Amino acid sequence: MIAIVDYGVGNLFSLESSFKKVGAETVVTSDKNIIESADKIVLPGVGAFADAIAKLSKDGLDAVVKAEAQKGKPLMGICLGMQMLFERSFEYGEHVGLGLLKGDVIPMKGYIDEGLKIPHIGWNKLSFVKEHPLFKNCTDGEHVYFVHSFFATDCSDSLVAVTDYGKPLTAAVAKGNIMGCQFHPEKSGDVGLKILKAFVDM
Amino acid sequence: MITKRIIPCLDVKDGRVVKGVNFEGLREVASPVELAKYYSECGADELVFYDITASAEGRSLFTDILRETAKSVFIPLTVGGGIRRVEDFERVLSCGADKVSVNSGAIANRDLIKAAAQRYGDQCVVISADIKRVNGEFHVFAKGGREDTGMEAIEWIKRCVGEGAGEVVVNSMDTDGVKKGFDIELLQLVCEAVDVPVIASGGAGTQQDFVALFKEIPDIDAGLAASVFHFGEIAIKDLKRTLANNGINVRI
Repeated sequence: MIAIVDYGVGNLFSLESSFKKVGAETVVTSDKNIIESADKIVLPGVGAFADAIAKLSKDGLDAVVKAEAQKGKPLMGICLGMQMLFERSFEYGEHVGLGLLKGDVIPMKGYIDEGLKIPHIGWNKLSFVKEHPLFKNCTDGEHVYFVHSFFATDCSDSLVAVTDYGKPLTAAVAKGNIMGCQFHPEKSGDVGLKILKAFVDM
Repeated sequence: MITKRIIPCLDVKDGRVVKGVNFEGLREVASPVELAKYYSECGADELVFYDITASAEGRSLFTDILRETAKSVFIPLTVGGGIRRVEDFERVLSCGADKVSVNSGAIANRDLIKAAAQRYGDQCVVISADIKRVNGEFHVFAKGGREDTGMEAIEWIKRCVGEGAGEVVVNSMDTDGVKKGFDIELLQLVCEAVDVPVIASGGAGTQQDFVALFKEIPDIDAGLAASVFHFGEIAIKDLKRTLANNGINVRI
């Protein structure tokens, strides 16, 4: 059973449906006991970092997710959920993340070339810099769907794939059982489903 | 780099896909769920579902279809039609939509875009504008193209983006249904006026019309069409190959 952590941001219908499509049993939950007893955890997220991390900590879900991941349970963060795995975010201020991965989240503005639109919305290619079981079914150059204005940096420790938006942007990270996708696998067609299936198979 | 997107639009009425030619003379096509699956397999980058039902019954049929589609189609899904209040955003987002497109609703309720963007984020709010030349000016039309609001189109779009619309769909009523190509003049003006993604709609008749669109306006992000895809006049797979052969960056 995969626990999709529900802390009141975003709608999880597509994520749930895509896991169902690859044959996984999921439960959308904010119950600590269910998260603790699940085989795997997915941390979704859309919206603002500060708001999301506040909602996650309000009921102590941050501590549960962190503890379970540190015990070795597979954890996948998606989009903002991936960004929350890092130490800090500089999205409108400075905010502390879960600190499960080394690195920071910073704005694209000022980093990417002027004239490129922010947010980075649409289909872009994955370029792998490292192998990881989560991407065992993927090949270099496959397209996935992104929607974001901030990105993870100083994360060479866990960096698995980048995407080119004038400059390289962190697309996927993983260190052992702790994994994250900046893109939305649940909106990335067959490529996304392959990634979710690899997570289910772990 | 980010690819140019090809987006089929499905007008849905009473649970079926239809397409109007110049917004009149609606003709039935196929099951929206099946068509959505088919397009996704053919390489469509995104889908737009447009709810053109007026009745409450039709509306709940529409959300059922949306839910069914989101269970089997895993590409971004934009929903429009009948979006008048923030509650309407919730209604379709909870059924699996990723973006919500507003048109007449934003004209009638001037706070709608701002309120929705604050609640769901800019990336979720799409302004869709039906635009037609009136005495040498571009006017915004409401109510499915039946009512001239008298508003100047570029100013209206700039205002909507300023309030939080994260994407713009420009539907030229002058080229819609004519199949002689997109409205390059109008689209160019919109691309110069805003810095969010712009989606071209209205006028696609051949693959070359898409090539011309992306060649002539490098800033345009996507091309949207309905009938040419529904009636098989353009196969999305072929279109994408043609675009790639013309040096346009697409997802294949």
